Amino acid sequence: MDRIKIATVWLGGCAGCHMSFLDLDEFLIDLAGRVDVVYSPIIDVKEYPEGVDLCLIEGAVCNEDNLELLHQIRARTKILVSFGDCAITCNVTSLRNLLGPKNTDQILQRAYVEAADTNPVKPGLEGIVPRLLPKVRPVHDVVPVEHFLPGCPPPAPRIKAFLTNLLDQTPALTGAQLKFG
Amino acid sequence: MAAKTLTIDGTQISAENHTSILQAAKEAGVKIPTLCHLEGVYDVGACRLCLVEVKGSNKLMPACTTRIYEGMEVTTDNERLQKYRRMTLELLFAERNHVCAVCVANGHCELQALAYELGMDHVRYDYCYPKWGVDASHRFMGMDHNRCILCQRCVRVCWHIEGAGTKNVSGRGSKSHIISDLNEPWGNSTTCTSCGKCLLACPTGALFHKGDTAGESLRDRSKLEFIVNAREKQQWTV
Repeated sequence: MDRIKIATVWLGGCAGCHMSFLDLDEFLIDLAGRVDVVYSPIIDVKEYPEGVDLCLIEGAVCNEDNLELLHQIRARTKILVSFGDCAITCNVTSLRNLLGPKNTDQILQRAYVEAADTNPVKPGLEGIVPRLLPKVRPVHDVVPVEHFLPGCPPPAPRIKAFLTNLLDQTPALTGAQLKFG
Repeated sequence: MAAKTLTIDGTQISAENHTSILQAAKEAGVKIPTLCHLEGVYDVGACRLCLVEVKGSNKLMPACTTRIYEGMEVTTDNERLQKYRRMTLELLFAERNHVCAVCVANGHCELQALAYELGMDHVRYDYCYPKWGVDASHRFMGMDHNRCILCQRCVRVCWHIEGAGTKNVSGRGSKSHIISDLNEPWGNSTTCTSCGKCLLACPTGALFHKGDTAGESLRDRSKLEFIVNAREKQQWTV
């Protein structure tokens, strides 16, 4: 197979899935021999490029930037992978959904005003801080997704198994490799 | 006792009269997925995971509450059953707030394990995000309604092993929930003997021992079977 173009993105998540990706250790060197990483929080590229083969998406769709980037990713990528529990189930990021339709006001008030030691003010600068969506959504609820790689975070051996299977075009994960949490 | 002859997945077997399909399959070494079934207490057919096909009926039958009969032909696994089981699992996940990563039962939850055993890699339905609370009024046990799948195992062990009758189900449909006594805070219950059998029975993280970490909340279900066996076989002298 030709060198394939891989992207990784970080939507509403804790970066734990990316940390786990870095835990692939020496497999990253093998991987570097087979793929080009064209967009990622760990490389310095500002614009999501055209013609990407595979994108690992960490995190849920939480704010307007996430939503816009996700649509761009879908339009420019062949294979999307929901990478980790937040992308698949919304996980911890969706706990605010329990508070109902006005949850964004409530959580910003709690985090930036009630819990602030100094300068209590809600972030409201239009165009600078992306606005939170009224409801956190899993990636597959917004755009079609080809594969799911669960775990919080997915352990490095599971990521390795998944990527190896995918690159060698063998079947995806089964059994305990699909464990959430 | 009279025996019946039946076919499970093409293999002819015989089992005692009045046996359930689930029991007959188990004796024949055929595994049918279950969630609400618990060794030691009677079955109620609440979770619908053990649905099987019985020749001659176009309805799916719960294996745990359907009795065998002579000449019965049962199919326990095919594409249609897998489709419905996965659907049932996804609906269970969507109905309440199951967040595996921060659940006390993470790693030893029957719902979580069944999900990956049956290949559920995501939930296709919208999550409901209902508002359910946690009853932490008991001095050493807690009930998190967010994690409850309404299997009623706790109700059955409370009534039929302990004989206390503290746990009950209140409400209808998606508003159904487990209550203590006449919907009192658990800690105020005058019937609860604090035996902890409901904790042993719970398949998820809905009932938990306060202060236990996820690593410590492993449930030893054999204790329940042990009590029932000892009682039925009169191994204890009174």
